[in-house]
Amino acid sequence: MRTLLILLLAFLSGCASTPALRGTGDLGIVIERASGRVAIVDTSAHSILARVDGLGDLSHASAVFSRDGRYAYVFGRDGGLTKVDLLLARIDRRVIQAGNSIGGAISQDGRLVVAQNYTPGGIKVFDAATLELLSEVPTGSKVVGLADLAGQRFGYALFDTGEIWLTDLTDPRHPRTRKFKAGQQPYDGLVTPNGRHYLAGLFGEDGIALLDTWQPEAGAKKILENYGKGEEKLPVFKMPHLRGWAVAGNRAYLPAIGRHEVLVVDTATWQEVGRIPVKGQPVFVMARPDGRQVWVNFAFPDNGWVQVIDTHTGQLVQTLQPGKAILHMEFTPRSEEVWLSARDDNTVSIYDTASFARKTTLAAESPSGIFFTSRAHRTGF
Amino acid sequence: MRIAPFLFLAVPLAAVAARASEPTPGRQRELVHLVRQDCGSCHGMQLTGGLGLPLTAEALRDKPLEGLEATIHGGRPGTAMPPWKSILSDAEIRWIVEKLMTGFPKE
Repeated sequence: MRTLLILLLAFLSGCASTPALRGTGDLGIVIERASGRVAIVDTSAHSILARVDGLGDLSHASAVFSRDGRYAYVFGRDGGLTKVDLLLARIDRRVIQAGNSIGGAISQDGRLVVAQNYTPGGIKVFDAATLELLSEVPTGSKVVGLADLAGQRFGYALFDTGEIWLTDLTDPRHPRTRKFKAGQQPYDGLVTPNGRHYLAGLFGEDGIALLDTWQPEAGAKKILENYGKGEEKLPVFKMPHLRGWAVAGNRAYLPAIGRHEVLVVDTATWQEVGRIPVKGQPVFVMARPDGRQVWVNFAFPDNGWVQVIDTHTGQLVQTLQPGKAILHMEFTPRSEEVWLSARDDNTVSIYDTASFARKTTLAAESPSGIFFTSRAHRTGF
Repeated sequence: MRIAPFLFLAVPLAAVAARASEPTPGRQRELVHLVRQDCGSCHGMQLTGGLGLPLTAEALRDKPLEGLEATIHGGRPGTAMPPWKSILSDAEIRWIVEKLMTGFPKE
């Protein structure tokens, strides 16, 4: 109410500092991981609009957006869940919900925010408007790969016990959970863009666990088994991250574990149809939203490189060095640009995805995750 | 654990050697950055843990120095901890472990 009043007064007074009315469709945030801060960015103007402090330990952080694109929910390493108002550039609400957290998701209807935690292991369900705790599901294991599914359900995987759990939050105070055997040490998970298939990448064995959420009773099956062919793994200095961005057209592009390769899978048959050698251990293997390219960044010590695969030819078409320690990439919703964070250069670079030219560079302190509001309308983001 | 007795005997000599070959101040800064940022992707930038265990001085208090060195050097099979021997020398590993056990420097 107070906010509305301020806006109204500002509008009526028409003073120079009046914030102009604006939408949020071209906004986003950049995590400044060492400073507990997010920068609010404008993807049309290529600018940083404001910074919001006080988000705690963001050394590992991720964000989801309210469906109106106004609020970012930021999940921090220290278990902090912060609701950031992008328009007023301030913290709307903040709770410390766990001791050690890794991320979260927002429900199909936008009313529930769910956090996935390492310590204590489990998920917690919050009212998206108030951040009131509604329920929790203890898992006895670190939770990874939380993703929203149709029907107010969430899929997630348990690192320590090797399972995929599906929790139905139709009644958010009374979660109903089904459990499926997945495989050794799932490290992250994703749901396909249509919301049907949940995949958990496995660290402890070669392969990926696949669950058809349209018929979960059939159980999870293993795909890409033995892709390492029994060869010794190369050291993995950073865990890869999975999301629905793996899928481009009718193929999924997935990081191999302990191999410098991207694995290509046909999403109709879930058979491997190819593998593409790349420069290092892939961390993010991200399809451009239109599916024409897949951009790949790498774990230490190859984290200064980014490579681009043309999905039409299946060939690497570009190798870039956008800066030191490239931690994350985010595409504009219609694919024409990609933003890349260079942690050790304190920059975010914006590239044209057609010409691969760097358009501009923004200054940001130790930037990591970049999240645009267009995620609000994508299942699995 | 099998190699613990050997390491135990080797400690006094190795400790002298490590002091002699302590990383240069420039390299120390790089190592602090590496631990905070890159080890931090699993252990947390504040070293309070994540996918990996906490590496705070308190968390490591009762752990033997040699075991920690061996873990960094060769990784821990069956866990996500990779071997760092291709990146770090033994003297660098020793320096990192000593700093971890006494409270790791900020960047």
